[in-house]
Amino acid sequence: MIEIKDLKASIGEKEILKGLNLVVKPGEIHAIMGPNGSGKSTLASVLAGREDYEVTGGEVVFNGKNLLEMAPEERAREGLFLAFQYPVEIPGVSNMNFLKAAVGEVRKHRGEEALSAKDFLALVKEKSALVELDGQLAHRAVNEGFSGGEKKRNEVFQMAMLEPKLAILDETDSGLDIDALRIVAQGVNAMRSPERSFIVITHYQRLLDYIVPDVVHVLYKGRIVKTGTKELALELEEKGYDWIKETVA
Amino acid sequence: MEILDEITGKDYEFGFTTNIESEKIPAGLNEEIIRVISAKKNEPSWLLDWRLEAFKIWQGMNEPEWAHVHYTKPDFQAISYYSAPKSKPKYNSLDEIDPEMRKTMDRLGISMDEQKRLNGIAVDFVMDSVSVATSFKEKLAELGIIFCSISEAVQEHGDLVRKYLGTVVPRTDNFYAALNSAVFTDGSFCYIPKGVRCPMELSTYFRINEAGTGQFERTLLIADEESYVSYLEGCTAPQRDENQLHAAVVELVAMEKAEIKYSTVQNWYPGDKDGNGGVFNFVTKRGLCDGYKSKISWTQVETGSAVTWKYPSCILKGDYSVGEFYSVAVTNHFQQADTGTKMIHIGRNTHSTIISKGISAGHSNNSYRGLVQINSSAKNARNFSQCDSLLMTDTSGAHTFPYIEVNNSSAQVEHEATTSKIGEDQIFYCLQRGLDEEQAISMIVNGYAKEVLNKLPMEFAVEAQKLLAISLEGSVG
Ligand SMILES: Nc1ncnc2c1ncn2[C@@H]1O[C@H](COP(=O)(O)OP(=O)(O)O)[C@@H](O)[C@H]1O
Ligand SMILES: [Mg+2]
Repeated sequence: MIEIKDLKASIGEKEILKGLNLVVKPGEIHAIMGPNGSGKSTLASVLAGREDYEVTGGEVVFNGKNLLEMAPEERAREGLFLAFQYPVEIPGVSNMNFLKAAVGEVRKHRGEEALSAKDFLALVKEKSALVELDGQLAHRAVNEGFSGGEKKRNEVFQMAMLEPKLAILDETDSGLDIDALRIVAQGVNAMRSPERSFIVITHYQRLLDYIVPDVVHVLYKGRIVKTGTKELALELEEKGYDWIKETVA
Repeated sequence: MEILDEITGKDYEFGFTTNIESEKIPAGLNEEIIRVISAKKNEPSWLLDWRLEAFKIWQGMNEPEWAHVHYTKPDFQAISYYSAPKSKPKYNSLDEIDPEMRKTMDRLGISMDEQKRLNGIAVDFVMDSVSVATSFKEKLAELGIIFCSISEAVQEHGDLVRKYLGTVVPRTDNFYAALNSAVFTDGSFCYIPKGVRCPMELSTYFRINEAGTGQFERTLLIADEESYVSYLEGCTAPQRDENQLHAAVVELVAMEKAEIKYSTVQNWYPGDKDGNGGVFNFVTKRGLCDGYKSKISWTQVETGSAVTWKYPSCILKGDYSVGEFYSVAVTNHFQQADTGTKMIHIGRNTHSTIISKGISAGHSNNSYRGLVQINSSAKNARNFSQCDSLLMTDTSGAHTFPYIEVNNSSAQVEHEATTSKIGEDQIFYCLQRGLDEEQAISMIVNGYAKEVLNKLPMEFAVEAQKLLAISLEGSVG
């Protein structure tokens, strides 16, 4: 699905990713954990194509294509989805119109026909139920006046609508109460399939009780410093990140 | 994006040299010229006198300099003040039209027939707009609605014109209003009789070909008691004109319980991307809410012109009368806009609402200037104003000049203002969902301007949305 080799990226003068390697196969769920500031969101942003970051080395192959050469919207249309850590508000733009345009672009790219208004609405109904998103929210402006939990659920709803090949969830769990966490996890689990992969970025192992990963990585100071199974997450929970910091040092 | 900019910059090289069939009088302005204009139009003597008086007033005035705009002042003696109505360039087919202009029209969704009509090419289809316009006129006549050119009105409905001309915008009002009063040759007249609800949007669109759009346009619209009219001025298609200076006057009168909705889309040639050329649009628009419970609502989408100077205003004289102003003004490249409104509260319990959305891109400057004046007689008057500015670039400017004068302590006046820069985060969010940059900007900007766009008649609103997007293409930075 995605192969990241020796990826280096900086913002301004500051190098943040310092040679990162990661391979995610179709159908796999990889969790990336790590202390604050270690570069998790940077990795997500670089993969999604944010221009603020300069890629200074390495390569990324996504479904056989050179990801780093593609414009951000092409990456999205090719099936890369990022659930943002901090989803932005777009006042005055209805969630419906926004999604209709997005789904339209993605379908066009895949060579599929545009959905009729009726089919689109049916899809909205089905997918919003998945994350128990109030029908009202779907009709409001994108994220405007949404609570933190509603924003995160809206991200998962959009993911479900766009049916990506690879979804990167950046701390989708942070700030959620246990019910919201369960709902978000349920949305993700419903989308698991042998053709779809996930990179779940999280600070806490709690989420991984609900979304069970195949592989767990620890990202620290711009590199993957440890890779293991689900047990690694439990170990981190128990020992804290200081333990990693010591082993790396 | 730069390539697009280049093309857009070139866009108007094509122009006005092609077969202009016009009957012009020599350049210059003096009493004699005004007599010639009046005679050519076969006007009654009261109107000639009225014009001459305006000319005297104008001679004693200075060109205003208070607006936040910079430009080289027009040479008024270099302008020809009369040319026969059909002075638009003539083309034989759409192939002769500037391809960029056609592209814009295509993207606005303007049909081939319409494109032909707008460019003065004969349309010979069954569904041609001339026949639409004819049936439209018949229907209006049945209801007693008068909708014609101001010149025709002077001939056919002289008493009405004489009674109202200059009553809302007096000749002494300002430099350009005085000039317009002296030399206007074109414009629209509309009268809605008592109790009549005009069943369709009255659009100058239907008149464009008949008379062309004048350099000194004069519009007079009267809504008699308990009548209603929605009036559309301009069109979203880009409009070129050989005249650099446009100084129109629009006067509206709403009598007891009458309502006038006046919507404008202004898309005159804005000049090239380096700030050369473009139309100077110096307009005086004012409505008088004369009667009890009368209402006047101005909605404008301003994307064109090099320099715009325009304040559609309401005089709220009747008790319980209502004035509204909804505006989206976009400036790009080196365009300058100084626009806003004046709400003058005279009657009791009068209400006014001002929603202004400025969008500045490139090196442009966009100013809101608004006056809310509550006179001592205006007991329980209310105003709400909201002025938002959106900056697309670091090199563009947004300015707000609100003036509030309250002379009655029972008044409630609220003013809110915000300035924000278009969010890189918002754009990236859209890109990440598969939209391209153009779509992203279009969505964000239209979302921002939604409150105003919602006030436009449906068929106009869709085109206006596209227009905003096209005006701002490649403008984020
Ligand atoms: N826009 C930015 N400008 C400067 N430094 C940044 C910016 N974004 C992130 N950083 C820095 O990069 C490092 C990694 O940040 P981030 O990827 O957000 O970490 P994480 O998501 O793991 O908490 C931090 O030291 C952070 O301060
Ligand atoms: Mg982060």
